[in-house]
Amino acid sequence: MSHSEQPVFIALQANHDTLPIVDAIRADNPLAVVHEYPAMVKIDAPGHLVVRRESVEERLGRPFDLRELQINLVSLAGELDETDDEFTLQWKAA
Amino acid sequence: MNPPTKKLSLKENYALLTRGLGWEPSYEKHEDIFPHVQFEGIKIHDWDRWEDPFRLTMDAYWKYQGEKERKLYAIIDAFQQNNGHLNVSDARYLQALKLFINGVIGLEYSAHRGFNMIGREFPGVGARIAAQMQAIDELRHAQTQTHALSHYNRYFAGMAEFPHQFDRTWYLSIPKSFFEDAISAGPFEYIVAICFSFEYVLTNLVFMPWMSGAAYNGDMSTVSFGFSAQSDEARHMTLGIEVIKFLLEQDPANVPIVQRWIDKWFWRGYRLLTLVAAMMDYMLPKRVMAWSEAWDIYFEQNGGALFADLARYGIRMPKYADVTVKEKHHASHQLWCTFYQFRHAAGFPVWLPSEEEMDWFSAKYPDTFDRYYRPRYEAWRAMDAAGTPFVNATLPLLCQTCQWPLLFTEPDDPTTVCHREETYLGEKFHFCSDGCRDIFRHEPEKFVHAHLPVHQIYQGHYFRPEADPTAPDFNPLVEALRYMGIEPGVDGGDFRGHIDAVNWEQWSHRPASLHEPMQTPPADEQRKTA
Repeated sequence: MSHSEQPVFIALQANHDTLPIVDAIRADNPLAVVHEYPAMVKIDAPGHLVVRRESVEERLGRPFDLRELQINLVSLAGELDETDDEFTLQWKAA
Repeated sequence: MNPPTKKLSLKENYALLTRGLGWEPSYEKHEDIFPHVQFEGIKIHDWDRWEDPFRLTMDAYWKYQGEKERKLYAIIDAFQQNNGHLNVSDARYLQALKLFINGVIGLEYSAHRGFNMIGREFPGVGARIAAQMQAIDELRHAQTQTHALSHYNRYFAGMAEFPHQFDRTWYLSIPKSFFEDAISAGPFEYIVAICFSFEYVLTNLVFMPWMSGAAYNGDMSTVSFGFSAQSDEARHMTLGIEVIKFLLEQDPANVPIVQRWIDKWFWRGYRLLTLVAAMMDYMLPKRVMAWSEAWDIYFEQNGGALFADLARYGIRMPKYADVTVKEKHHASHQLWCTFYQFRHAAGFPVWLPSEEEMDWFSAKYPDTFDRYYRPRYEAWRAMDAAGTPFVNATLPLLCQTCQWPLLFTEPDDPTTVCHREETYLGEKFHFCSDGCRDIFRHEPEKFVHAHLPVHQIYQGHYFRPEADPTAPDFNPLVEALRYMGIEPGVDGGDFRGHIDAVNWEQWSHRPASLHEPMQTPPADEQRKTA
């Protein structure tokens, strides 16, 4: 299925738990743009954004269950697909 | 020793939860058990196609919700122990919290009821589990919001009677009737209305820029419950888009029905959010972004991406989305002007924007503020200075659908109030917009029953039992406010001299409005001059 370039986003609370997550997202999504608002970080990306468990674990130095994202998640846009290894937001059609 | 059991993957776990728990009835008819899933015309051929993208299972749900709660209550404790109520930007900010406690908590509780109902009504197990989790989430929101705001209620007026006010106060009939419209619809309309149109398309505007603004104004308590609620909301939003795709993929006949619901509930939700527009532009003394900017980011850009995606199903942008883009330059100002005129009847005190705020509006609303709204505020300011402040003593004409007073202007003419009419069974009904009139036209038999506070006052229903309409000094408007639980001077009225403003200055030694000097000189100076 073709990918759309329409923006997706994930917004997280700005805190110590999310620093390594935001870092991992930056590394895995070169097109992502990070906006810092009071108390909140919003990360936009064209069409597709992925949070990879391994990348978070590397930065966190401990095992990470992607469902832990729930604790600090503020909002998201795009269609979500969550597996054990990847949390993906995307728009599938143009 | 047995080898360790292989850990199930997320997908396998979710499949076991949602595919194994249901059963086909053998001695009761399916339609007798699920009587409400037919009448709306939605056709479902395979409920197993329903998939929660989070694939959340009960063990994970309790684990992460428990963790969120511990975190939230630790913050609320710290907030309460550290005089948090005096650390916000100023006493005007507190007034926004009154809209929250009086207007939003009732919505959360209604949502809890609504999701319990559809959890019972849907035959599909995946859908029922999602509805059950969301019902618990919504109850959690009502409870945590009440707990977080209860600390403010110990010190400030206008928050103590929130369930009473939610059911009776004129402008709170707007959120109340919104949810009651949804909850009295069928289960499919309800879930499209709440999960998709409201939560997916619109609630980002409440929980992102507004809550970020609460943080910016120093309100640790509100931002914490806001973000804690929104983390559930992200799950609900995901469910919202899943619901839409599920309905559209099940049968092409569902598409026009769903499109009509999207049109209706987008407009209903948008009108409701006018309250948030005013809260963002006028009630955050330190501002993060203007309503027009938030609408651009969260509806025009993100909503645009969403509807571009849904185009493959034959779904288009909600009807009148173009009107919302025109109105974004006006809505917050028009509502604040309305609250100012009726401040004696509001549950919170109202003020005219400061010079600093008007300059900010001029910059943020370059095409509209100086032309249409600044002159009005300056005229009101002059009347106030002359000792003859402007007050509107007549009751407003309410929209039969959204219940706002007719306060919005024609989309292409900001100098003319928008007023639409419709005759049904020989009776005339009034509307604030084409969007609201369209909704009525489709379901007149439902909306003729709308409980409109102004009509109720005129019909004599908004009086307390002890009121005596034959008494020589009987004043129906004063009696109606008493019925609503609004005490003039304690709840509404002018911010200057309001009990919250006076107490704030006494307790914090800071001005009640951070753009104005102290309203009352400090106590020791009062003693000196006495």
